[in-house]
Amino acid sequence: MIVDLPSTTTSAVNHALIDIRQRGGAVALGRVLTLVIITDDSVQVEQSIEAANEASKEHPCRVLVVARGLKRAGTRLDAQIRVGGDAGASDVLVLRLYGPLADHGDSVVVPLLLPDCPVVAWWPGLAPPIPAQDPIGRLAQRRITDAAAAPQPIKALESRRAAYADGDTDLAWSRLTPWRALLAAALDLPPHEDVEAVTVTGAADNPSADLLAGWLRSRLQVPVRRRTSPPGGGISSAVLERRCGPVELVRPDGKVGTLRQRGQPDRRMPLRRRPVRECLTEELRRLDPDEIYHAALQAVTEVNGRRGGAAKGVRSGESRGSP
Amino acid sequence: MNAPGRASDGWVNPLLDDRDKRLPRIAGPCGVIVFGVTGDLSRKKLMPAIYDLAARGLLPPGFALVGFARREWDNENFAELVHDAVREHARTPFREEIWARLSEGIRFVPGSFDDDGAFDKLTSVVSDLDQERGTGGNHAFYLSIPPAMFPVVLKQLARTGLATRDGDQWRRVVIEKPFGHDLRSARELNEIVSDVFSEESVFRIDHYLGKETVQNILALRFANQLYEPIWNSNYVDHVQITMAEDIGLAGRAGYYDGIGAARDVIQNHLLQLLALTAMEEPLCFSPESLRGEKIKVLSATKLVEPLDETTARGRYTAGWQGGTKVIGVLEEPGFQDSTTETFAAVTLNVDTRRWAGVPFFLRTGKRLGRRVTEVAVIFKRAPHLPFEKTMTTELGQNALVIGIQPDEGVTIRFGSKVPGTAMEVRDVTMDFRYGTAFTESSPEAYERLLLDVLLGAPSLFPVNAEVELSWAILDPVLEHWAKQDRPEPYAAGTWGPSGADRMIAGAGRAWRRP
Repeated sequence: MIVDLPSTTTSAVNHALIDIRQRGGAVALGRVLTLVIITDDSVQVEQSIEAANEASKEHPCRVLVVARGLKRAGTRLDAQIRVGGDAGASDVLVLRLYGPLADHGDSVVVPLLLPDCPVVAWWPGLAPPIPAQDPIGRLAQRRITDAAAAPQPIKALESRRAAYADGDTDLAWSRLTPWRALLAAALDLPPHEDVEAVTVTGAADNPSADLLAGWLRSRLQVPVRRRTSPPGGGISSAVLERRCGPVELVRPDGKVGTLRQRGQPDRRMPLRRRPVRECLTEELRRLDPDEIYHAALQAVTEVNGRRGGAAKGVRSGESRGSP
Repeated sequence: MNAPGRASDGWVNPLLDDRDKRLPRIAGPCGVIVFGVTGDLSRKKLMPAIYDLAARGLLPPGFALVGFARREWDNENFAELVHDAVREHARTPFREEIWARLSEGIRFVPGSFDDDGAFDKLTSVVSDLDQERGTGGNHAFYLSIPPAMFPVVLKQLARTGLATRDGDQWRRVVIEKPFGHDLRSARELNEIVSDVFSEESVFRIDHYLGKETVQNILALRFANQLYEPIWNSNYVDHVQITMAEDIGLAGRAGYYDGIGAARDVIQNHLLQLLALTAMEEPLCFSPESLRGEKIKVLSATKLVEPLDETTARGRYTAGWQGGTKVIGVLEEPGFQDSTTETFAAVTLNVDTRRWAGVPFFLRTGKRLGRRVTEVAVIFKRAPHLPFEKTMTTELGQNALVIGIQPDEGVTIRFGSKVPGTAMEVRDVTMDFRYGTAFTESSPEAYERLLLDVLLGAPSLFPVNAEVELSWAILDPVLEHWAKQDRPEPYAAGTWGPSGADRMIAGAGRAWRRP
């Protein structure tokens, strides 16, 4: 069911929610968190809602979409309530903010948060320079950004590092999980020799490749080199050098990975790039600070051969449209 | 078992960290050899679970699946069977690239269980896989076959050396219920298995224990302050554990004849649920602690006598069930006119300080009102009600119900004021359902259990001691029933024979309608 409430207020929205619940039965019950999606009023709204609905099947939640419309318009709030079949296992409130109100999304979010439940903020496109100090970010236990969606992903990652606060996380990190799991599992096999050096190869503008290098650096404390491959291909390989020969995880085509180890047959496995909904579902699974991410993010600067790795004092220059 | 990331030589994997909760545990290199691949269970549960694990990236690169059956098939024929089973029953969407990788590791060995040549062939296929696919000598043998076949298959595994491991390798055997049909046969079966595999290499699958809600019983009880203080005979009146099926025997009549509801369900699923509901808090969540507590509570569990009054059994007759006319059990093809029951109920006491005087009623049956499995903890009435009697006529006992299938979740029943000017209190319910819709992210029990087998994580598998204790609890009932006439009839689509109602009424309680 979809209910449109043009030019409205949050108390009218709350009234409408209670009304829908009383007329239509149990809506918005048994929710485990509130997910706030902050985006521009564009195609991104529907794409993000779709991903959130998918994630809500594992984590029943209320989804608040704060869509910032034209700032030059008059102050106005348009709301839309979606429940039931139109909203996965969640109830979705799309809030379109116009005029000066567009800068005060938090005032619209506060009355609509579920009592006592954790709040997660997600910026699918452009993120604020310091997520933890953003007015909506301050309301959230967990703040999800996506460096890959920024016009300059590597700079965006650099700014995440500078602005990190507990509870921050980035989809560039969740995209890595299958790679990390495979590398960790590969090291589990004998011979248990120390890794002496690491090379990570990936597209120059791929923040996940940087984070993978940073993670390996923070865990192994050995020299880590970052090499670049043609743009658009994501991560193409990770090589861990050991005395007995390297452990290589190679993905030339973005779909199938091959694990090579000396004395073992090549092993192939599906290793596609993860869709956003999968990453988001993983993000919602835990709401405490991700210390491993923090360490990986900090260690990115210690990676050799990283383009722009030494760049300091990056401007919070993420204000242009999404790529 | 080694802690995650810690090898037997004391080496610690630097890439693993307990704080890294995102990282899924991927099984090490290994293969699964399935006996009885053409069976229902294998096609509907096992093969799809293997695919779903692959789709979630939890199978090791180079994973191998070997089928063994008496069919004139080659690898392609078998791969086709797996493909069709996956297409039809897998939970996650079918993706060609995942199937392509999985099918590279599929092999088939034709032959019967007494054919030495076939097992020699199997041995060479397995060692070829170690070379070609890098399965590293780690193999799980899944015996999806009747227990009568165990001795011959296990003997073959021992003869060909398939059951023996070198150094760091592992060989594990997975067996399905029934684990025997009484205490004696369970012991015999265990001896046969333990001749070839050591106890820590034996994984007994009780798929109930792989369900999220069953594991959630432990979280609900031991992670909260709210429930544990009242989880005892001071506050709990009685406990009802129900597993009701709406289906009949169709197709399984041959297997079911002579087994019956008590052996099929109470001995394993319901007694495991009782153990998790009634056990004391384990010191920690290690497999040893959990099993230790389960064994303790099962040792304290006794039948309430006289059995004539505290047990009930029945058999469904023709009737209307859920809008369909269905036949009675005696008309099911393959079912002989035996005394096998399709409904069984028993009354148990747990002789501990916590549970003294709290009866546990267990019931299970086929062709009952609807398909449901639940644990209902029914609380005592408030000792004093400061209301007029007329105000609380509709107030029952508080209850906490843990739904296990098909609707997984927790329901609490309590009294609430009926809106209006009069003070009137009636029962209402409050529900919590985690993950109402089942998606890619909410795994099937078989997936979880199979992955645990490959990882060597034994927490969710009952040990032999639990199996034997369960039989020791149930054996007197089975003997008692064997001396009796036929089970009482009940119409299909109802909640069982009137004997079940008499049984619980005798204890001053009533069944809840699940």
